[in-house]
Amino acid sequence: MAEQVVAVKALRKSYLTGAGAVEVLHGVDFELDAGEFTAVMGPSGSGKSTFMNILGCLDAPTSGEVRLMGQNVAGLSPDQLARRRNRDLGFVFQGFNLLPRADLLENVALPLLYAGAPAAERRRRALELLEQVGLAPWARSRPNQISGGQQQRAAIARALAAKPRLVLADEPTGNLDSQTSDEIMKLFSELNDQGLTLVLVTHEPDVAACAKRLARFRDGLLVEDAPVARRRRL
Amino acid sequence: MFWAMLLEAFRAIGANRLRSCLTMLGMVIGVAAVVLMLAVGEGARVTVKKQVDALGTNIFIVLAGFQNTSGVRSGSGSRHTLNATDAQALAELPGVTGASPVVNSYIQLVAGGRNWNTMVMGVNEQYSQVRSWETASGRPMDALDVQSASRSVWLGQTTARELFGAEDPVGRTLRLGAAPFTVEGVLAVKGQSLDGRDQDDTALTPYTSSQRYLSGSPFRGMVRMIMLQAESAEIMPALEEDIRALLRERHRLVDPSQDDDFFLNNLSAVMASAEATAAAMTLLLGAIASVSLAVGGIGIMNIMLVSVTERTREIGVRLAIGARRRDILTQFVLEAMLVSLTGGLLGLLLGAGGAWLVAAVWRTSTVVAPSSLLLSFTVSAGIGLFFGFYPAWKAARQNPIEALRFQ
Repeated sequence: MAEQVVAVKALRKSYLTGAGAVEVLHGVDFELDAGEFTAVMGPSGSGKSTFMNILGCLDAPTSGEVRLMGQNVAGLSPDQLARRRNRDLGFVFQGFNLLPRADLLENVALPLLYAGAPAAERRRRALELLEQVGLAPWARSRPNQISGGQQQRAAIARALAAKPRLVLADEPTGNLDSQTSDEIMKLFSELNDQGLTLVLVTHEPDVAACAKRLARFRDGLLVEDAPVARRRRL
Repeated sequence: MFWAMLLEAFRAIGANRLRSCLTMLGMVIGVAAVVLMLAVGEGARVTVKKQVDALGTNIFIVLAGFQNTSGVRSGSGSRHTLNATDAQALAELPGVTGASPVVNSYIQLVAGGRNWNTMVMGVNEQYSQVRSWETASGRPMDALDVQSASRSVWLGQTTARELFGAEDPVGRTLRLGAAPFTVEGVLAVKGQSLDGRDQDDTALTPYTSSQRYLSGSPFRGMVRMIMLQAESAEIMPALEEDIRALLRERHRLVDPSQDDDFFLNNLSAVMASAEATAAAMTLLLGAIASVSLAVGGIGIMNIMLVSVTERTREIGVRLAIGARRRDILTQFVLEAMLVSLTGGLLGLLLGAGGAWLVAAVWRTSTVVAPSSLLLSFTVSAGIGLFFGFYPAWKAARQNPIEALRFQ
């Protein structure tokens, strides 16, 4: 049996707004084993973003339990959460979010910088990752000198830099055309084949179909959690 | 990590060149103003110090008393209450290194075809010690000159130049009024006095000679002034009492209700207050200049706040991939300090250059003290830290989710 990466039990989250407390997650149970590739879908306001934020240690649950690698992350200090994000998690964003003034090598090495790795080690690892995503020739380019698809590849390389146990991707293909989307999904599939655990939020059924498992949110509840029937292989 | 952050700070500053330069300009002007003002103030202090040293250190001046005729009080020296033996007695007081009577008179000096009116001071051989005034060429005055009332004269630099031009006056003969005197020496340069008088425009003779040949005073042996020097500044208050007691005793003022028939001035006190005034001026100028430095600091804070807002999303990304709050804090503080220190260094150069220019154009003395440079440098680092901290703290405590959502 594979190692359990995520275990969420009775997760509730409410926000204080002007109109009082609004609960956006009404008790979610979710488990994720190493090597899984899960697509999370759901309409706006369904709670999937909040769920992802909590999974990514960016936000704290109101109640319930969130275990990451067996450790409960509720009640950790901001710095401890930062460490979890740095060591155990990788993030891929819809808008790529590369630092505009740094070249790709520095962007990819950034998580290692915050992990305190020495400069030579950061450089070696970043080059290795750029090679892996096919961007080695652009190591010294700035993000604005390359295409959107290339930027997303660099962002994926960055997410992998600290060898995370889990990569969270929030609409990674949302800003890309369908052909580039397919390239990115192909890269994700390959990485998953190599053992990477992935959770990916998307609106597009085509993209979701590339995953092995589909979790669907509606009105703050996990309403569907099943293997993908006909997986799309790219 | 530090170097990577420093590089990032350089990049962030370079990304908005005009903005960074204008922010820096605030610091440049502030630091330059402080350095310049301190240099001007320090220059004034040094000038005063020079004049104080030129007068001689730890000096007392005893002036003859005034006349009180039916309630009409004449000025000091209107009575002949001091004489040369008072000076001798004072010189023997413990703690006194020297005392000299001073008899002034303005006399026309004639040497060959040239003449010059100057103040001739009749003094004794201890005068040069009291005033710390060396003889530059020729021989110094000695006790024999005073005893024998020799017809010897020592010329100040200005007087020597006016009478003899480039020639060496030592050994030459000139007339003081009608009396022929021999130039035995030329005094060292003394410079301006506190009231701006040229102290080198003078001539010295033994006071005995002055009384015998020059003043024609009916009160022979009487002097208007005695100058004396104390061993150290510390003993001056106690010595002042000793001098007063000695003079009262010598002048037979036994009844304590009787007023002194002389005036005793402690010049150190005057000098100390002059120096204190100069120091206060330095402080005032520095304080005014500090205002512009503070304004420069506020400029940095302002721009850093803008920069933090602009880079909210970037901060969110950094937080998401594992930056701790102190990493973000350090990065922004570093950036603010880089701006303030660069501005500070440029300001330092500008201020020092300005001080040089002020000295050259207005012919006043300005002194750029190393301590003021160190101070400005430290202060600009401090300003970067102080005014950069709040924006950096604001950046560091952002919620990563909201920061990431920021457009």
